[in-house]
Amino acid sequence: MPLLEVTDLRTYFHTRRGVYRAVDGVSFSVEKGEILGIVGESGSGKSVTCSTLLGLIPQPPGRIESGKAMFDGTDLLHCSPAALRAIRGRRIAMIFQDPMTSLNPYLRISEQLIEPLLIHEKISPADALARGLAMLEAVGIPNAASRLHSYPHEFSGGMRQRVMIAMALITKPDLLIADEPTTALDVTVQAQILELLKKLQRELGMAVLFITHDLAVVSGLCDRVQVMYAGRIVESAPTRDIFTRPQHPYTKALQRCIPALQEKGRELFTIPGMPPDLSKPFTEAELLQRFELPPETAPSALMPSVAAVYDRREHGSTSDGGHRPPLQGKPAEIALEVRDVKTHFPIESGFLFKRQTGTVKAVDGISFEVRRGEVLGLVGESGSGKSTLSRAIMQLVPVTAGTVLVSGRDLTAASADEIKAARRDLQMVFQDPFASLNPRLTVYAALAEPLLVHGVVPPAEVPARVARLMEQVGLPARFLQKYPHEFSGGQRQRIAIARALALEPKVIIADEPVSALDVSIQAQILNLLAGLVRTMDLTMIFIAHDLSVVKHISDRIAVMHQGRIVELGDALDVMERPQHPYTRTLISAIPRIAEQQTGR
Amino acid sequence: MSSVVKEPSAVSADLERGSSPARDAWHRLRKNRLAVAGGLMLLVLAVLCIAGPWFLRATYQEQNLDLGATPPSAAHWLGTDTLGRDLLVRLLYGGRISIGVGLCATLVALTIGVIYGAVAGYVGGKADAVMMRLVDIIYALPFTIFVILLMVFFGRNIILLFVAIGAVEWLTMARIVRGQVMTLKKMEFIEAAQALGYGHARIIFRHLLPNALGPIIVYATLTIPAVMLLEAFLSFLGLGVQPPMSSWGTLIKDGAEKMEEFWWLLVFPGGIFSLTLFSLNFLGDGLRDALDVRAAKD
Repeated sequence: MPLLEVTDLRTYFHTRRGVYRAVDGVSFSVEKGEILGIVGESGSGKSVTCSTLLGLIPQPPGRIESGKAMFDGTDLLHCSPAALRAIRGRRIAMIFQDPMTSLNPYLRISEQLIEPLLIHEKISPADALARGLAMLEAVGIPNAASRLHSYPHEFSGGMRQRVMIAMALITKPDLLIADEPTTALDVTVQAQILELLKKLQRELGMAVLFITHDLAVVSGLCDRVQVMYAGRIVESAPTRDIFTRPQHPYTKALQRCIPALQEKGRELFTIPGMPPDLSKPFTEAELLQRFELPPETAPSALMPSVAAVYDRREHGSTSDGGHRPPLQGKPAEIALEVRDVKTHFPIESGFLFKRQTGTVKAVDGISFEVRRGEVLGLVGESGSGKSTLSRAIMQLVPVTAGTVLVSGRDLTAASADEIKAARRDLQMVFQDPFASLNPRLTVYAALAEPLLVHGVVPPAEVPARVARLMEQVGLPARFLQKYPHEFSGGQRQRIAIARALALEPKVIIADEPVSALDVSIQAQILNLLAGLVRTMDLTMIFIAHDLSVVKHISDRIAVMHQGRIVELGDALDVMERPQHPYTRTLISAIPRIAEQQTGR
Repeated sequence: MSSVVKEPSAVSADLERGSSPARDAWHRLRKNRLAVAGGLMLLVLAVLCIAGPWFLRATYQEQNLDLGATPPSAAHWLGTDTLGRDLLVRLLYGGRISIGVGLCATLVALTIGVIYGAVAGYVGGKADAVMMRLVDIIYALPFTIFVILLMVFFGRNIILLFVAIGAVEWLTMARIVRGQVMTLKKMEFIEAAQALGYGHARIIFRHLLPNALGPIIVYATLTIPAVMLLEAFLSFLGLGVQPPMSSWGTLIKDGAEKMEEFWWLLVFPGGIFSLTLFSLNFLGDGLRDALDVRAAKD
């Protein structure tokens, strides 16, 4: 008998705009001691499925329309709240995505850690504390004894996730539900946490339900994988089969989207169109419609403008990409030069009369130059200073020392007016498309504003120019009067790119432009950026924490660590023959699909 | 929202058909029945207070000591007070003062508070520290002493009423707006605005303040009744309206003293005051939702 058996689960949300079928007839089972992966894009219903099992769905608007979830003889969906509480936290535990917000900042680690024990077991606080300490050691927290009574803010993100895992596992549950537990973490930390989960799962013999959007993560960890799409499970198979013999067109498409698996320099494969609208009924055939186009022509067929971009490109260069011809010939002029830039933030203490008690050297002596038409990839973990560097170049944070030269003009010594003028040449695309657009401005207002402020075109020509910007980023002009919240993440990022293009900049700094997006959308945005660089003769600094993404779009790669560049070289060289040990660590931490298939 | 890609050539036609944000907000406000009812009620009250006294024979100062306090009757619909003055007329005259003071003083407080708070929050650093300490100092001044000082220097004057109230009420507004602006300032769209080379005034008024509108409107609707009550307090000190003139605040105060014998002196002014506050709150909530573009566009 399986440990957990879910049959025909349907969770609907009754909203003002209609019934949203988040989970629509999902059936699966988890055996004892098995790791089951659930993979899907955001909005596919994978998190809602798990929250429903634990009774964490807000009702209303949510409602469980049908289904059974038998866990060891108890139906989780129809048992009393008391019975559910007895299971929750003791026999089924959960870890969440964001370790920064899932611990209570006002309670010491020790208090939070032993709370489930005190609630679910008859145990003295002293014994509970002893078990908590053992658990902290088991999840690999150094000096666990001395850190037991610390507060959450004294731990880094990775350490907090370890504490969360310790908290979830302290009651020795039979089933652990992990909802994207590594998505918010750096790639090296992610590798450690995955390793830890695997080890603890073996030691405790528990079952794990692992939710993620990242196929690569699943491949190294899970015994079986279920692919969710549009609120249903479209494929379920042993992990190896999912990768070697995918059956469902969505699974195939999802795999082809992963940048790491694709050839460098080629246009990335993307899934055309959008997932179906879950608030309207649709048939199986309609669900498949999105994938029916012949895969090779799919992106062009639905994204006319991006396709046009690539058509134009093919006149000038060889069609198969590889290295870009312009760089092979005579070197282009230097578009952006950064010389020994430092940005230090003072740490101040004291109430009225502040004293400087220390310095954070966020960016500590960085020099590089980018030539016209070149893409420089900038990689590093969070805290390595890459975002500060981009803002220092943009003059959004003060530069402590050094010079930033854009087309030969020094921005660090420029007056306010000169900086305003220089902003026409230098633009930025931000990480989070949900935060980088003013929610109260329509798309038209957001795109027209830079044109008007800088007088790029006469006021009468603004509407036509805005429409052209939309076309350049592959959005239909009828969206112009909509507000940002009405768009998906990928569409918002397109709008943000259009806004940056409005001033016809020479240099674009893209700060993690795809990290907040799903894999299939990621590929679309990468294609768009790569196409724009070629057609508009742009220079780009592309910042990311994911090496496989950077490799794809960059001509050269710079690796940042603790405020300095530790390695800078040709993209393929850095990826294939990394010199610096830190670069090697980064590369080896990338979850890889090919290796795992043979390794498991 | 469908996802069919249309030819971008249809641009101009589509743009013209697009609706303006203001019209959208108006549509959303009209759908909110409570807000519409609140707005209408305020309108009716205002019209009554302005036009009502012309159609009534009694005046607010006409005393009839023989009559004294009488309960509501055919001659005096809401009764009379202890001096035999018609309560309805006094209530309508009082409304002119109270609504006027409420709106004007709130407007003053709103303007000063929002701009001051936005600038302090946006500039930050030392300027912010100095500006906010100034707010703290004014906060710490006892209101009565402040008013008496004003009276000593400028004498009795109805304009002084607005100044005194406005000078106090903007403080909280400034703090609220500063807090909002400081949170919003860290968001990427403000960085984007700076990166696009927008001026400071544009960033404050076009990008920061519209996003802080919710708390501002809610607090403004809370300020209006607070101001009306302050006016009653000032009148009691001898600074505000002077007898025989009336305001809702003074009527409620008088009524409260005599409510054990003459209930109507408290119930009617209190009732109309509460009605105004209810209407204001519903209208304020409605406005806040209507101006929120993220609300569903059904």
